[in-house]
Amino acid sequence: MTQIVDKFLAMFGAIALFAVVVALIVGIAWLVGRLRSRSSDRLQGVVYVAPVVLMLAAGLVYPALLTIRQAFGGPTGDVGFSLTNFANIFTSPELLRPLINTAVWVIAVPVLATVVGLAYAVLVDRSRFEAFAKALIFLPMAISMVGASIIWKFVYEYRPAGAAQTGLFNAIITTFGGDPVDFMQSRPWNTFWLIVVMVWIQAGFAMTVLSAAIKAIPDEVVEAAKIDGSTGWRLFRSITLPSIRGSVVVVLTTVGIATLKVFDVVRTMTGGQFDTSVLALEFYNYSFRYFEYGTGAAIAVLLFILVLPIVIYNVIQTRRDA
Amino acid sequence: MARRRIPAILLASGVAVSALLTACADTQTSSTTTAEATTSGSAGEAGSFDCSPYEAFGDLNGTTVTVYTSIVAPEDQPHIDSWKPFEDCTGVDVQYEGSKEFEAQLIVRVKGGNAPDIAYVPQPGLLQTLVHDTGKVVAAPDATAANVDEFFDPAWKGYGSVDGTFYAAPLGANVKSYVWYSPKVFAEKGYEIPETWDDLMALTKQIAADDPDAKPWCAGFGSGDATGWPGTDWLEDVLMRTASPEVYDQWVAHEIPFNDPQVVEALDTVGAILKDSAYVNGGFGDVNSIATTTFQDGGQPILTGGCYLHRQASFYAANWPEGTDVSENGDAWAFYLPAVDPSAAKPVLGGGEFVVAFADRPEVQAFQTYLSSADWANEKAKDTPNGGWVSANKGLDINNLVSPMDQLSATTLQDEAAVFRFDGSDMMPAKVGAGTFWKGMTDWITGQSTQDTLDFVESSWPS
Repeated sequence: MTQIVDKFLAMFGAIALFAVVVALIVGIAWLVGRLRSRSSDRLQGVVYVAPVVLMLAAGLVYPALLTIRQAFGGPTGDVGFSLTNFANIFTSPELLRPLINTAVWVIAVPVLATVVGLAYAVLVDRSRFEAFAKALIFLPMAISMVGASIIWKFVYEYRPAGAAQTGLFNAIITTFGGDPVDFMQSRPWNTFWLIVVMVWIQAGFAMTVLSAAIKAIPDEVVEAAKIDGSTGWRLFRSITLPSIRGSVVVVLTTVGIATLKVFDVVRTMTGGQFDTSVLALEFYNYSFRYFEYGTGAAIAVLLFILVLPIVIYNVIQTRRDA
Repeated sequence: MARRRIPAILLASGVAVSALLTACADTQTSSTTTAEATTSGSAGEAGSFDCSPYEAFGDLNGTTVTVYTSIVAPEDQPHIDSWKPFEDCTGVDVQYEGSKEFEAQLIVRVKGGNAPDIAYVPQPGLLQTLVHDTGKVVAAPDATAANVDEFFDPAWKGYGSVDGTFYAAPLGANVKSYVWYSPKVFAEKGYEIPETWDDLMALTKQIAADDPDAKPWCAGFGSGDATGWPGTDWLEDVLMRTASPEVYDQWVAHEIPFNDPQVVEALDTVGAILKDSAYVNGGFGDVNSIATTTFQDGGQPILTGGCYLHRQASFYAANWPEGTDVSENGDAWAFYLPAVDPSAAKPVLGGGEFVVAFADRPEVQAFQTYLSSADWANEKAKDTPNGGWVSANKGLDINNLVSPMDQLSATTLQDEAAVFRFDGSDMMPAKVGAGTFWKGMTDWITGQSTQDTLDFVESSWPS
């Protein structure tokens, strides 16, 4: 009981402190504004921006620099300056496999999620059940990654031949006379079975964005194309796809970035066993389970380097559209 | 009154006054100016508690000790209860905090300058990391060391030491060298408890021949992101038997390579059981199913006739469904995993946790000393009404333990013939012991060869 009271007191204290700081900043800015000198406008801007810059520096830039330093500091992260951690990622078998798997994930998930989302968006566009159909595919977005993984774990569940199958897929397979498949152990296909989960989660996002883009195509354009005799596949290729190109890139890159960070699905469903591990999971393992902070930092830095081109491309693309 | 009464406590000024006080003298309201605490109980009352060992630490009234562990509700309550006599004696307030993310969080907290006073560390390997990487672990006080010398096998003191300095006293323990079986089924079929490894293999063969619908063994390596650890226990247990406890020590310390021929032989001996589709995996499927069967589910078919034998630690007792008679003639019981040559040695593989301190205030030292005493071990045994707790403390009265399985474990730990060794994967560098070794065993059970598996782990050993 006293613990709860203590927690609440601490919370209210923190909120009060925050209010005081904000009031202080606004107060100083107001005082600066009253100076009415030539540079007061600029100074006022500095007063508002300074706390943000300070917090970013302390909370983001400094830790990032520290991580980069650790990445070059040997397995423990604090001795000398060497490239051994990075060499390790590309040579040791226990890290090479996650590296390859991550590459497979980053290629497969954005492409599959976009294709599924786009196909769905085109198919349900202006149909009678559009709203309902969209809600269906959008629902997985509302479920947490861990929740989705647990659901799919049940779908993939394996029981030996002869026993009652509790997994949906194996129940179907055995009903039609097939032998049950242990999905999580069928290397290297098990990575694809995990990818399916991520696609299931992300397809709804792709569908929503792409559907909005399709609806934004002017009716006149579509009608003109139809009068010219384009229908079906041709209409899609020559009119729809070029018109939504920007949105497709945004979807591809956003899903791509999310995929580079994939951790929850793999940790929940296989724990990285059976050759399914990915870089983000190994980053966690090295940093927080093996206490090899240097190797963990190197993996984090590598992930950062990999995500950079995607982010840059995304920014350029959105700027061009704007 | 269900709880045992802690004798009333008297804080008396003056030295060693043997005053008798029978009723509730509240520590908090007693004089706080006293230098020494003396206690005594009402004459003849059971469970009277000796407070004298903690007098040497001075007046601790009003101080606080924080404890951080991986034990969460509801298992934490017996621990909190077991501190009561100490708190009553000294007036120290011991505050408990448990977390499922303990292993990962502890180092972060210690490095971040937010260390608890005391942590229960379940791996000697983590203790080493804490000592080497943070430098904030405080060596155990002499009084604690004296307790450990008196009540524990010297091997335990070694596991609590790093580079020759004694840091952490052992707390709880478990015994891993057990094979679970059903005494009722054994009696029915006329099977006998095997005394040697050859007997065990003969029994395995016989069961496979007698019962074509079941398999002799069942096993499960699955344990979330720790999948594979039951496999490491198998290898460790068998290596001590096919080689020797000394070879085992060298292997754990990496004085011989991880893929030494003796280790190859041990893993092949394990494979003779676990990788033979005629012998596993009763109730679950083929050999591959071991990797995905959780260790909790692993032994359950013993009750339903799917299998007969399941090698798992003493703590597996908690996994039987409610109402299972876990006793010598009941539904489930365990026998000692036989040695290859019982006349040579009786190797016992086990685990346990250690009390690591990050502060050297007197109240923390007094608490460390309390936890290493036989008084605490007996108190904890009595405060664990549902069983499931054992210590290697030789001052632990076996009759204070509730469950028959705990009593068996304590008997095994206190056995003069037993050669105790700590779980090797918990002592290896975490990258191996909680990483590649687990992964290696999982890959091995799903088809990788013995040599490839051991080579893989050897190549991952940090230089």
